[in-house]
Amino acid sequence: MDLSDTTEVEVARRAARRRRTGARVALYGLVLAFTGMAAFPFVWATITAFKRNQDLYNRANNPFVFNLDPTLEHVDLLLSGTAFPTFARNTLLVGVLVVAITLALSLPAAYSLARLDMPWGGAMGIAIFFVYLIPPSLLFISLSRVVATLRLQDSVWALVVLYPTITVPVSVWLLMGFFKTIPREIEEQATIDGYSRFGAFARILVPLAFPGIVAVVVFAFTLSASEFIYALAFVARTSEKTISIGVPTELVRGDVFFWQSLQAATVMVAVPIALVFNLFLERFITGFTMGAVKG
Amino acid sequence: MSTPPATAAGTAGTAEPGGRYLLDRKGFLARVMLLPAVVYIVALVAVPFFLAIAYSLSDVTVGDPSFDFVGLRNFATVVGDPTFRRALLNTVLITVVAMALVVVLAKVLALVLVQDFRGKWVVRLLVLLPWTTPTSLATIAWVWLLDSLFSPIDWVLRQLGLLEGNLYWLGNEGLAMTSVIAVQTWRIVPLAAVIIMAGLSAIPSDINDAAKVDGAGFWRTLFEITIPMTLPVIAVATLFGAIVVFTDMAVVFVLTRGGPVDATQVLSSWAFFRGIQGGDLAQGAAIALFLFPVLLVFAVLILRSAKRMEVM
Repeated sequence: MDLSDTTEVEVARRAARRRRTGARVALYGLVLAFTGMAAFPFVWATITAFKRNQDLYNRANNPFVFNLDPTLEHVDLLLSGTAFPTFARNTLLVGVLVVAITLALSLPAAYSLARLDMPWGGAMGIAIFFVYLIPPSLLFISLSRVVATLRLQDSVWALVVLYPTITVPVSVWLLMGFFKTIPREIEEQATIDGYSRFGAFARILVPLAFPGIVAVVVFAFTLSASEFIYALAFVARTSEKTISIGVPTELVRGDVFFWQSLQAATVMVAVPIALVFNLFLERFITGFTMGAVKG
Repeated sequence: MSTPPATAAGTAGTAEPGGRYLLDRKGFLARVMLLPAVVYIVALVAVPFFLAIAYSLSDVTVGDPSFDFVGLRNFATVVGDPTFRRALLNTVLITVVAMALVVVLAKVLALVLVQDFRGKWVVRLLVLLPWTTPTSLATIAWVWLLDSLFSPIDWVLRQLGLLEGNLYWLGNEGLAMTSVIAVQTWRIVPLAAVIIMAGLSAIPSDINDAAKVDGAGFWRTLFEITIPMTLPVIAVATLFGAIVVFTDMAVVFVLTRGGPVDATQVLSSWAFFRGIQGGDLAQGAAIALFLFPVLLVFAVLILRSAKRMEVM
């Protein structure tokens, strides 16, 4: 009796261990599969960026290895022989200004909706959400006249003015979630300490919503860097283009693609953005949950 | 205002001079703080939106911006055009197929990413790349991956003896559509997975623990707890992804320019070619407006799912 009991336990334990090992193997298999699928185009782009022409344009060559020595020639061309640095500068300029406008508009709006308890607050929140769902592809035709009327055509300023219409609704939604998690007592204490309600917002609540602000900054900047439709429709001059539109339209001459330089541009833009996103991913997840669940 | 002014208890607020008093009034402050954002949005979203509707009922072109009302003529012309019908069909087809794939893949990816494993930081970075990279640049990597002569996929197939010559991914109607769907799925899966992860992390861990104590295995926990509890968030993730894919034009524009011969045209790209490149703003606006009813349905569904998450 005693003996069979222990063997039974032993058998069960062994089965459990086998199941655990199986689960680990399955987990790592899935990890590899997903990483491979996601990263493959970028791996291929990275290899391509350093290839010599004679190596790249030979169908008999194994495309995944360097059949000839790698070269920096095409990265060099991208950085000193094309308008890529101009695109990068424009993208930074647009990004920084869009982030500033987005914060200036959405912080007060989010506070107003989250904290000032107006009877129309809820309806307004939903209205803002619907605005977020009106995409650029629906507006760019009529906006082309608006942009022309404002004399902003062919200028990065058109993008600086238009991108906040995409970022503000999302940011208001996100920041509302953050403001709602700050206990009301903190605000009441601040008013007792002599701050006006607005002073309490500016000096106490905004610093406390810092994680939300970081999420907004990352979101607004990456959106300005990736937006395509407005940039394509409103900016045609090379010196005013951003990366997302300049690279696909200017690094191709007629039918001649500068493949290595193009792929170098893709990787050089993709990796830093992904790094920043990865750093703030947890914040994004919290921001989204709070915005969605408590909004 | 750098140091809070000392006020005697009990007199604070009411006894202050006018400006200070205004900054304390909730109703005034609520309106003033919301106003800039609302004015901005009304000017650059609401006005263009109604302008788009007006354009679609007019004969406005880039060359002749004078406004003449023509009723529903543009819609009749647009709908009678086989390229438009193809674009509408393609838009729906790409969205539906890509989202069906995204639901399954994103759910699995989210389950994987909440586990503990070695090198998680790097894995997360690589898995996020398709979504965080500007769409037009990520698509450029794909254009090269699917190159008519030098596609490495063709090379592998040739090495395996499965292929002679090349597949011409982007030159063949069916393969070009497959490619567009693949790129859309590829870039939306990380976004949907991140949203689902947010939902997974919101499941109280004591429910999972209780299930474990009651002897529920992995699959039972998955199908009887995790999936039902995350269903609303999966719906939200899918609908968000659907909106992104449904309205996107970067992928099609960079990958195929709508080709071969308009076989992969979608509503946004067709509106662009007609309205901006062709200069017929009225028809372009009419084409783009076909996006609207579907978006409205998506929005209502998202709000309903979000409400269900709240109830949970």
